Amino acid sequence: MFEVFVWSLMGLVDCYIICCRHVKEGVSTSIKMESCNCIEPQWPADELLMKYQYISDFFIALAYFSIPLELIYFVKKSAVFPYRWVLVQFGAFIVLCGATHLINLWTFSMHSRTVAVVMTTSKVLTAVVSCATALMLVHIIPDLLSVKTRELFLKNKAAELDREMGLIRTQEETGRHVRMLTHEIRSTLDRHTILKTTLIELGRTLALEECALWMPTRTGLELQLSYTLRQQNPVGYTVPIQLPVINQVFSSNRAMKISPNCPVARLRPLQGKYMPGEVVAVRVPLLHLSNFQINDWPELSTKRYALMVLMLPADSARQWHVHELELVEVVADQVAVALSHAAILEESMRARDLLMEQNIALDLARREAETAIRARNDFLAVMNHEMRTPMHAIIALSSLLQETELTPEQRLMVETILKSSNLLATLVNDVLDLSRLEDGSLQLELGTYNLHAVFREVLNLIKPIASVKKLMITLNLAPDLPEYAVGDEKRLMQTLLNVVGNAVKFSKEGSVSITAFVAKSESLRDSRAPDFFPVPSENHFYLRVQVKDSGAGINPQDTPKLFTKFAQNQTLVTRNSGGSGLGLAICKRFVNLMEGHIWLESEGLGKGCTAIFIVKLGIPEHSNDSKLAFGQKMSGHGQTNFPGLKVLVMDDNSVSRSVTKGLLVHLGCDVMVVSSSEECLRVISQEHQVVFMDVCMPGIDGYDVAVHIHEKFTRRHERPLIVALTGNTDKVTKENFMKVGMDGVILKPVSLEKMRSVLLDLLEHRVLFEAM
Amino acid sequence: MDVVGQLQRQFIDYTASLYREVSVSFLGYVDDQFTQLQKLQDESSPDFVVEVITLFFDDCEKLINNMAKAMEQQVVDFKQVDSHVHQLKGSSSSVGAMRVKNTCVAFRTCCEAQNLEGCLRCLQQVNHDYSLLKNKLQTLFRLEQQILAAGGSIPMVE
Repeated sequence: MFEVFVWSLMGLVDCYIICCRHVKEGVSTSIKMESCNCIEPQWPADELLMKYQYISDFFIALAYFSIPLELIYFVKKSAVFPYRWVLVQFGAFIVLCGATHLINLWTFSMHSRTVAVVMTTSKVLTAVVSCATALMLVHIIPDLLSVKTRELFLKNKAAELDREMGLIRTQEETGRHVRMLTHEIRSTLDRHTILKTTLIELGRTLALEECALWMPTRTGLELQLSYTLRQQNPVGYTVPIQLPVINQVFSSNRAMKISPNCPVARLRPLQGKYMPGEVVAVRVPLLHLSNFQINDWPELSTKRYALMVLMLPADSARQWHVHELELVEVVADQVAVALSHAAILEESMRARDLLMEQNIALDLARREAETAIRARNDFLAVMNHEMRTPMHAIIALSSLLQETELTPEQRLMVETILKSSNLLATLVNDVLDLSRLEDGSLQLELGTYNLHAVFREVLNLIKPIASVKKLMITLNLAPDLPEYAVGDEKRLMQTLLNVVGNAVKFSKEGSVSITAFVAKSESLRDSRAPDFFPVPSENHFYLRVQVKDSGAGINPQDTPKLFTKFAQNQTLVTRNSGGSGLGLAICKRFVNLMEGHIWLESEGLGKGCTAIFIVKLGIPEHSNDSKLAFGQKMSGHGQTNFPGLKVLVMDDNSVSRSVTKGLLVHLGCDVMVVSSSEECLRVISQEHQVVFMDVCMPGIDGYDVAVHIHEKFTRRHERPLIVALTGNTDKVTKENFMKVGMDGVILKPVSLEKMRSVLLDLLEHRVLFEAM
Repeated sequence: MDVVGQLQRQFIDYTASLYREVSVSFLGYVDDQFTQLQKLQDESSPDFVVEVITLFFDDCEKLINNMAKAMEQQVVDFKQVDSHVHQLKGSSSSVGAMRVKNTCVAFRTCCEAQNLEGCLRCLQQVNHDYSLLKNKLQTLFRLEQQILAAGGSIPMVE
């Protein structure tokens, strides 16, 4: 604006100068034309004016020339200036103006025509350019003005952004505070530390005067001051929970401003002179562990709240800002979470401690039980051994005593002794068996055996007793019952004997019938044994045995006790019968081991009783059948054959000769018999593999024969094996046999088994020593 | 079938009784060795037991006669008697004639002691035992024949 003014001023000055000149020129020209006109010589004041004009024109020109230079210089320096051509224009205008003023300097004095021409040219140019510039400015100035407005606008924007930045920074600060607080709170799982830390950090962040936490009491009717910031040990102030202000705070999860005069806020004596600081209260939800439901977290399950009260410093004229309230709310929530975590942790630690204690107690109990069991087993083993040794002595000697000559009374006494000691031995065995059964250390000894034979044996064993009592015993074996079975023969027999024995024992008269058959699936399932699921398979079958007696029967109430050890029915019958009460218990355990089931049925007292058991037995493979044929009238030979084994038998006693021959023939040997040692030596050849010689013969001693044989066959593999048959067992004889080079000795009489095993041994080892 | 069954039962009982005898001396007539003999009897030698027993009886008779003759001498040759007894003992133990064998044992003791009276007594006892056994076994064999004739099979007595 100022510049415009200056230019216009300049313009005006120019015009005046031009006019003056005109006048001057006119005057000077006129002066020249009339040397003596009426115009008088110039004033000296004109001269001064001219001088001043001269000077100012000079300076104007100087300025006119320097301004564009400056402009150019500064524009060159600055990077951005959108109107260069304007500048050029302006520069031209100014330069021309300057030129004009410069040329004007020469017009003050007398000047030639060229100067006038130059002056005119420059003036014209200046006029053109300035008009152009003036025209252009009309366009440019609004632009320049708008630039200004844009600048202003940007400045405002910058100020706004600054403000916003400030806000964000504040929020970030708040967030940082919250994070820090949370971190502090959550860095510990101890309740007290959490709460204390909360108060401290809040106090620090918000520069509070006082911060307090009121916790609900056990009854839930009052709030008790639990923690404060400044006071060290808050004495138990309590405040009833039903105050309206408290209810208001509890009803919402926002932090609310409360009056400094309400009871919860009156924590310390009034510090400031004028105004207590503003107070804000917020609720902190507390989690009841018993209400802890994961699905309802946290709204529905929490009914208890604690109250946190925060006081600004008095006389500070500080107000609670929104972001500070938000901070407080967030902190309250975090505290609730941290407290619940702490509570859970406490609970789980407690549970873990409890478990550990229980574990230790259980471990101790288990070790004690194990020690007890071990002690009992040791005791039983030792006692058993100790008891058995004298028992054996008694039984053996009593048996031997029985064999000697005794008077009838003595015989009766010895029989009683024998019977009692047998009973005692059985009892000891039973007890040991039972303890082994209960330990589970008893294992069935599996083997293939003749099932029918087991039944027959039991029958034979029980017959004497039955005949004494005049009871009739019948055995009924089903036709489809396999003859051979795989299982524990001894224990099956024991069970059977026990059951049949019981039947006989408890029947005073009548009959006992034993039935055995293969159990089919329908008959396997019994209503009395709902959890017994027998599954017949290819290799096994279920044997069902029913023993029916016509004895005293059993009271249905006593049925469950039957298989309990040592429990007896206290009836007259049983007391007289003796027995330890262990029998059925052991039977049950054996039956269980054989994957079976045993039970008793009775219609009542006096109506007899049926004992039924089902056991699982294996079916022997067919290849085993031939092995079991010994002793039976079967076409095949025994377990091992010695087909074509050439044997020589030397015995002078025709009877024993034929018996031995029969033995060996039965074993498949090719037997030649000789009755004297000469004949033997005559007949013996390399073909004979074994020579059996009876060693108590007249004529040449058996020893000599052996020596002769050794001489005859020098090489060992050619010589037949020599075995002596003798009735003499003493050591001297045996040594003598060895001395003469006998390969073995057998004690007469020889059973089939012994002969077989002897031959096996001989042929395998080519020597036999222990066949006595 | 009933007849056979009856006979079979009789057979069993009788056989059983041979093994056990409720009498003063508590000794059975036969022992396990007899069972062994029976085991040797099979299809290839169906009359094995009968043959051996018959042989035994013959042998027994012969030996007893020899012994009697030897002991009737003026000067008894105890050694010879002893050898006879030894033979008899061997035979009887081979077939399982328990009683006979035991008597032989006692007999030998008397011979060694050169106790003529004892020997005579033993000889009597041996004779007695032998006769008894012969009777029993012949009855048994007769029963067997009867069963076989009736069409049944000889039951095994374990």
